[in-house]
Amino acid sequence: MAAEKFKLIEYRNPGVAFDINLIDPIRINRSAVERRAATMGTRRSVKKDWQAAWLLKAITCIDLTTLGGDDTHSNVLRLCIKARHPVRADILKALGMQDANIQVAAVCVYHNLIEAALLALEGSSIPVAAVSTGFPAGQISNEQKIEEIKKSVLAGAREIDIVISRAHVLRGDWKALYEEVKMFRNTCGEAHLKTILETGELGTLTNVAKASYVCMMAGADFIKTSTGKAAVNATLPVSLVMVRAIRDYHERTGIKVGFKPAGGLQKAKQAIEWLILIKEELGDAWLTPSLFRFGASSLLGDIERQLEHFVTGRYAASYRQPMA
Amino acid sequence: MKVKSIFNTMEYGLAPESSAVANEWLDQNKRKFKLYIDGQWLTPLSTRYFETISPATRKPIAKIAEANVADVNMAVMAARKALPKWVKLGAHSRARYLYAMARQIQKHSRLFAVLESIENGKPIRETRDIDIPLAARHFYHHAGWAQLRDTELKDYKEIGVIAQIIPWNFPLLMLAWKIAPALAMGNTVVLKPAELTSLTALLFAQLCEEIGLPKGVVNIITGAGKTGAAMVDHIEVDKIAFTGSTEVGRIIRKATAGTGKKISLELGGKSPFIVFDDADLDSVVEGVVDAIWFNQGQVCCAGSRLLVQESIAEKLFSKIKLRMEKLRVGDSLDKSIDIGAIISLEQLNTIERLVKIGVEEGGKVWQPSWKCGEEGFFYPPTLITNVAPASTIAQEEIFGPVLVAMTFRTHPEAVKLANNSRYGLAASIWTENINLALDVAPKIKAGTVWINCTNVFDAASGFGGYRESGFGREGGKEGLYEYLKLISDDQKQPSVTKNRPKILAHKLADSSSLPSIDRTIKLYIGGQQMRPDGGTSRAIKSVSGENIAWVSEGSRKDLRNAVEAAIAATSWTLMTGHARAQVLYYLAENLIQREEEFANRLMALLGVSKLEASNEVRLSIERIYTYAAYADKYDGQVHHTLSRHVTMAMPEALGVMGIVCPKEAPLLGFISTVIPALAMGNRVVVIPSETAPLSATDLYQVIETSDFPAGVINIITGNQHELSGVLARHDEVDGVWYFGTKEGSKIVEDAAAENMKRTWVNNGKQRPWFELPNGQEQQFLRQATQIKNIWIPYGE
Repeated sequence: MAAEKFKLIEYRNPGVAFDINLIDPIRINRSAVERRAATMGTRRSVKKDWQAAWLLKAITCIDLTTLGGDDTHSNVLRLCIKARHPVRADILKALGMQDANIQVAAVCVYHNLIEAALLALEGSSIPVAAVSTGFPAGQISNEQKIEEIKKSVLAGAREIDIVISRAHVLRGDWKALYEEVKMFRNTCGEAHLKTILETGELGTLTNVAKASYVCMMAGADFIKTSTGKAAVNATLPVSLVMVRAIRDYHERTGIKVGFKPAGGLQKAKQAIEWLILIKEELGDAWLTPSLFRFGASSLLGDIERQLEHFVTGRYAASYRQPMA
Repeated sequence: MKVKSIFNTMEYGLAPESSAVANEWLDQNKRKFKLYIDGQWLTPLSTRYFETISPATRKPIAKIAEANVADVNMAVMAARKALPKWVKLGAHSRARYLYAMARQIQKHSRLFAVLESIENGKPIRETRDIDIPLAARHFYHHAGWAQLRDTELKDYKEIGVIAQIIPWNFPLLMLAWKIAPALAMGNTVVLKPAELTSLTALLFAQLCEEIGLPKGVVNIITGAGKTGAAMVDHIEVDKIAFTGSTEVGRIIRKATAGTGKKISLELGGKSPFIVFDDADLDSVVEGVVDAIWFNQGQVCCAGSRLLVQESIAEKLFSKIKLRMEKLRVGDSLDKSIDIGAIISLEQLNTIERLVKIGVEEGGKVWQPSWKCGEEGFFYPPTLITNVAPASTIAQEEIFGPVLVAMTFRTHPEAVKLANNSRYGLAASIWTENINLALDVAPKIKAGTVWINCTNVFDAASGFGGYRESGFGREGGKEGLYEYLKLISDDQKQPSVTKNRPKILAHKLADSSSLPSIDRTIKLYIGGQQMRPDGGTSRAIKSVSGENIAWVSEGSRKDLRNAVEAAIAATSWTLMTGHARAQVLYYLAENLIQREEEFANRLMALLGVSKLEASNEVRLSIERIYTYAAYADKYDGQVHHTLSRHVTMAMPEALGVMGIVCPKEAPLLGFISTVIPALAMGNRVVVIPSETAPLSATDLYQVIETSDFPAGVINIITGNQHELSGVLARHDEVDGVWYFGTKEGSKIVEDAAAENMKRTWVNNGKQRPWFELPNGQEQQFLRQATQIKNIWIPYGE
């Protein structure tokens, strides 16, 4: 498991001591956040060569994901091969990117499929991420959660996407949330911890901001919006609140924490909007798979079609893109 | 290779909006534009044309006709000629035309957006997403008002020919704000766009042709200040609506003083942007961007004075600086910029000059590390700290992307700093505490208060200023009154004569009820009867010629003292409408007790019959009842604006009002003017009828027994002509009502120009005080108040 074998996230968040005084004063104004989010994609325009380059960047930030009850070896295999070759060679060549090693950031699966994924990804530097801790609801015992993380790490998952106990947030028990995430972080060891807030279940944006901050204090390497299983998943306003929390944490501690929107991201246009959001609010340093990921399954297909359109000038058909 | 390098740097690239659509249109018009008068494109009689350029490139775009006095005359006469037909056309037809205008703007939205961006220098994002959609919305909204005029505003009619002069900062939107309500209410217009931005108005004129708008209903003439002056001076113009600088607004106020022309002025501002310590600071930063870097800061309501609670000031400043670093300045057609070009070299120089003064006075200037391009009139976003109210740049409108920042310690101090300005256009308040927000909002002297937002507009909400930011509202129902008059205003009224009004009857009063001759009546100031400062009195004669009393001759010093007393009597304004009503009812009750005494007085003063005198007293009592009733009923509206926003339109008292009473009805005239002003929460300084002040001075005792707090009513007898000039020139007086002579009306309006106080004058015409609706109408309440719109977006 040498570092050179896997494309490891170079940033780690050791966490800091719990400080309720940093949490209590947090106030988020929803209307104002929504206004900013609404102009995120209208204040900047990324077209032509820029659009192609940005979309390729987006691909390298994708955690290509399958989280179905019907997942088997065969569809995970398909997904992994797609992860290694996300864009048709002829298109890459036309873009002059055939040597740029364009591949997705990670493959994200349930624990049971870690092995299959590892097998399919052998020889590549793409890490396997596993969702954990009773994903998506997290309604299992602490012991089971710890056990699940341990098993997934042992099975070879380099990244663990945990879900937090929403109850801690809804009850305002920030210390409990801190302890929970810290425990997960310690259990992860070398594996990177991505903390899913499931923002669609937290009630308010103020809760989202507070939960983001508590998770970062507890050592989350990434904070992630959603499981993809809730009614509302990644939205720009929620993302804006989370990346601002990341910025604050960085300003205060010097530690860079990553961000991962997940769920509902299907269009290339959305990918551009999120990249603009990151560039504007966090800066270029975050425009790397080490600090930014899209949790998505169908996004890649739309991006491919846009790239083909850029190259050929023809609107592309999805059946001409190899499926994942 | 390009893709690879961008992939590595993740820079933004060029994203220019194509100018083809605008160029095509300009070429179709041979880049030369005539005047749109009476439905035709006319070569200017001046034979002169001027050039319009693009501020982002400094390149010329087209030649524009310059209208001279003769051209203006033709346009005004065309509007005059078109008026009767337009009126006769009826509400529904007018609604259809306005609807068609809205559709046309939408249909050609791209051309409008590109053209406006090229000529004004503002980012295409703003014209595309803000200016043009808002303009279309304005026409839709007013198409609705056109339809509803005759049902919702039954007692009103159009004013007539409206001259409209608009600024360069929002060319099409300001056109919409002017033309839509004017046409909807049945007026015809002559509009002049600013000389720097004529094109979208000319395009709009073509659309008027396209929809078959009757000739002469809309006339678009182009030119600069001289053209505007000719419009203001034209005798056939019934009303002038102006948006622009306070300086020019003052010239217009003076030029129209005493002419009887109505005016509405939307002028400058130095609007406070107040940040309390519990605000969502990251959202505040975006608010600042919207406040001062929207439209290059060339916005009359720009939040240009940042007031921050001291405890969070440094934190906020560093967040703002971080954000400023990310702003992009450039070509207006670039879709990836935040700030475009300043309108002109002259304006750029003004900004540079004011910033230089700011530095000389000790301000600390912060600008981003990057540099602006040289090809256009660009100026970087600028933050100046270390500024105090005594700094020039804290008081003067910069009209550029320059934010000046000050700190405050407490909430009351924030309010004080916010109100320490000649202007009163808008304010923005940032706090997550609704108690605080709603406590501060009414205390700020501004026509629009945005809570946790800024520069939010909608056609359904009124917009306009307090103080030297002008008067009148645009948008919402409150804005319609600017283009309406009461049908009853059209009745021909006799002029107020210099002499005592005609004596109606000759039956003399019973002299036994009169006060003895040696009684000298004092002034009433701050709840006390005071001797006049000058120590002089004048005799008041009865109708039969005998001296029946001596009244004090009030001087400017007495008036000053009265205003001081009125300023101090703030409790009256803060009372509930119900509580004020109780006091007014009590006044009526006490007057009822002395009905006969007041009737006798009128008989003695005017020689009217007992019946007539009693009638005036009883009508006065009834009128007190009416306005007491209104005290808690003349309230505001919640406008239908944007989703998840409460937009509250609140009528607020002007503050301290001077009222110069008519002499036609010594008691009823006093009651009809003073009581509605009081009912709305104003404190008043009253100059009663000069020839028959006794009906007013007899009220001292009634007032004293009626629980008015001291200073709410102050009465100064004396020379009306002289005293009203002093009132109008007193800058602490917020409004003056004048019901005297024509010359007096002019003096009042002229003097009011200095601090832009609200005035309502009779132009020397008598008002039939005994009749409805002239003597008692909601207009009195409207004139005693101004509308403040408070925007409260919500959602957790």
